[in-house]
Amino acid sequence: MGLDLRLPIGMIFSLIGALLVIYGLATNGDPIYQASLGLNINLIWGGVLFVFGAIMLAFALSAARKKK
Amino acid sequence: MHLHLIDYAIMLIYVGFVVGIGFALSRYMRTGADFFLSGRSIPSWVCGLAFLSANLGALELVGMAASGAKYGIATCHFYWLGAIPAMIFLAVFMMPFYYGSKARSVPEYLKMRFDERTRAFNSCTFAVMTVFASGISLNLLAQLLESLLGWNYLASLLVCSAVVLVYVLKGGLTSAMYTEVLQFFMIVLGFAPVVWLGLKDIGGWSAMKDALRGVALDPQKVGVNTHAFAPDAWTSAWKPVIAGPAANPMGVDVFAMVFGLGFVLSFGYWCTNFLVVQRAMAAKDMASARRTPIIAALPKMLFPALVILPGMIAVGLAFTGKGGYELPKVQIADGDFPAAVQAVKNVSTPYASFGHTEVLSGQAAELAAKSPSVIQLPQKLDPDKIEALLKDESASPLPDDQIKARLQDAVTDVDYNGIILSLLKKYCPPGLMGLALTALLASFMSGMAGNVTAFNTVWTYDLYQAYIAPNKSDAHYVFMGKMVTVVGIVLSIGCAYVAREFPNAMDIVQLVFGFVNAPLFATFLLGMFWARATSHGAFFGLVGGTLTSALFHLFTMATGNTPGWIKGAALGTMWTFPSDMARNFWLASFAFTTCFLLTAFISLATRRTKSDEELKGLVYSLTDKVDDPHQTWYSSPPLLGAVLLVFCLLLNLYFW
Repeated sequence: MGLDLRLPIGMIFSLIGALLVIYGLATNGDPIYQASLGLNINLIWGGVLFVFGAIMLAFALSAARKKK
Repeated sequence: MHLHLIDYAIMLIYVGFVVGIGFALSRYMRTGADFFLSGRSIPSWVCGLAFLSANLGALELVGMAASGAKYGIATCHFYWLGAIPAMIFLAVFMMPFYYGSKARSVPEYLKMRFDERTRAFNSCTFAVMTVFASGISLNLLAQLLESLLGWNYLASLLVCSAVVLVYVLKGGLTSAMYTEVLQFFMIVLGFAPVVWLGLKDIGGWSAMKDALRGVALDPQKVGVNTHAFAPDAWTSAWKPVIAGPAANPMGVDVFAMVFGLGFVLSFGYWCTNFLVVQRAMAAKDMASARRTPIIAALPKMLFPALVILPGMIAVGLAFTGKGGYELPKVQIADGDFPAAVQAVKNVSTPYASFGHTEVLSGQAAELAAKSPSVIQLPQKLDPDKIEALLKDESASPLPDDQIKARLQDAVTDVDYNGIILSLLKKYCPPGLMGLALTALLASFMSGMAGNVTAFNTVWTYDLYQAYIAPNKSDAHYVFMGKMVTVVGIVLSIGCAYVAREFPNAMDIVQLVFGFVNAPLFATFLLGMFWARATSHGAFFGLVGGTLTSALFHLFTMATGNTPGWIKGAALGTMWTFPSDMARNFWLASFAFTTCFLLTAFISLATRRTKSDEELKGLVYSLTDKVDDPHQTWYSSPPLLGAVLLVFCLLLNLYFW
């Protein structure tokens, strides 16, 4: 199949990850984080998602470059 | 509760991507083979994760958390006993015949091996089953969205199924599988933080085990069972099961567990259900097809940490009462309220006639003891709270709204399906909430798309092309496949309304599997490994096995249920089981055994209709062993399978 699945997976998770990180930074110290035991979970987990997405993207792009 | 902009944004991004994948793939959809079979061109890691994800519907997430709370760690048997061995068997022994025969579906293999009758029978039962399964999961999702977010039930049904419809229509099986892989990551990454926070909150693994020991000794406190168990009933996988049905909250004996679940239901599901087998059949070559179930087996083995653990954390938290957490309670239906409110008013009238409060409290206790039965609600109520309500009402009449709220507050029946959402509510700030809800949506969509793509292939190839309109153009069948995708989704919505009437969806699904898959595995076992099995044997054996399921269902029941068409024993009670689950496992065992024996005896009594030459590639003893010279020794399916089995055994021993 002509579509490398790692590309959309990488894109969606780096996008959502980035969004959560930005939101986490903007709401840092907000009482909403009482729910998550005082952790800024958006910042932490957004970072995890972003890294995962970036790794997927890197794989997809290097595969595409090899093909060329 | 209400969602924030960020939550909606995450959901929209997700919907945009799955629909986008559908559109991106639509240009590769030229022929029927592309649409229904993905042109047999999918890499094995995609097949493996799609194989896993198609099975990981909302039902699995919600149902397994429910069972985790209700039964504890023994729920893992659905994975370690009820999935891994069967997945490895599929990879090592059965995939060569499915893939090598070039059959386009499981029923088509039955036609090649036996004859049209068995195929037609299996196609019909399978079609019904997929529609039911997708309806059940659709219902669950819409109910969750309704209770958590106040979204309209029908609107949730329509919007969610419309998304699935669009991407399946656009990209066929490929698009369903590609999105399933995306959904797999979404589910894992969306739920992992919630489980992590829950575990952290309860104080880690050993603190959770301590709390669960308390639950086992006093399950009434949180309403998950009616009598006490040994302290390890929630924290050991095997010991309580071996101790007998009265000693484990599942109410299951060890034979039903090992034979019924571990052999019949598990192999029946993973080895013959086209929903999952279809994912492996789409692989690009034989080696990839055989690797598909093996790739899926490793994450499957670890999934209990994601889907069962939340239920265990929830019941532990509720027991310790930490942070004021309580298990969610069943909602009283809107239609039941007027009569119940009226009953509260009627019962409390006599109170008013008592002169002074001392008399009142004595009389009230007596009335309150009876009140749960006087106030006719299907839910169990807390007598203390009802007593207080009656007292207050007799002192001065309360407004209806307040009576309603206090009746709801007095319900003690646990809403098991709501557990996962109660954890999301507790731990997720805006942002993470959007991600976790998206994971839930993803699980639902992957399950539904899986069912719908299996349904449209079986309908188009095994029923429509075989019996209704043979010899049409390829384009015609693709058109039919698309039409029937729409029909399948509409039928699922109908089934969702049926499923809405029944509280424990998982039990119903197990029942349906018992009807359809359990006898079918006997047919496959004999068909694939015994050349002497004949088409008469297969057909009458399968019909006999399915009839056995039906008879068993009509004449047996589980303790505590009222006899009926769905709960069983509609025509009489010949046998009573300690629980629904035990009954389902036994039903499957009986159906399998009947089908096996009937098929064997009838085969011996009838003449073979297919020669050895015709059965080449379809029967084990008549087929050359798969020998792939390009395959490295470490990627050989039997070796990988053996390694995984050992790992699975170790897990069982560790949590013994």
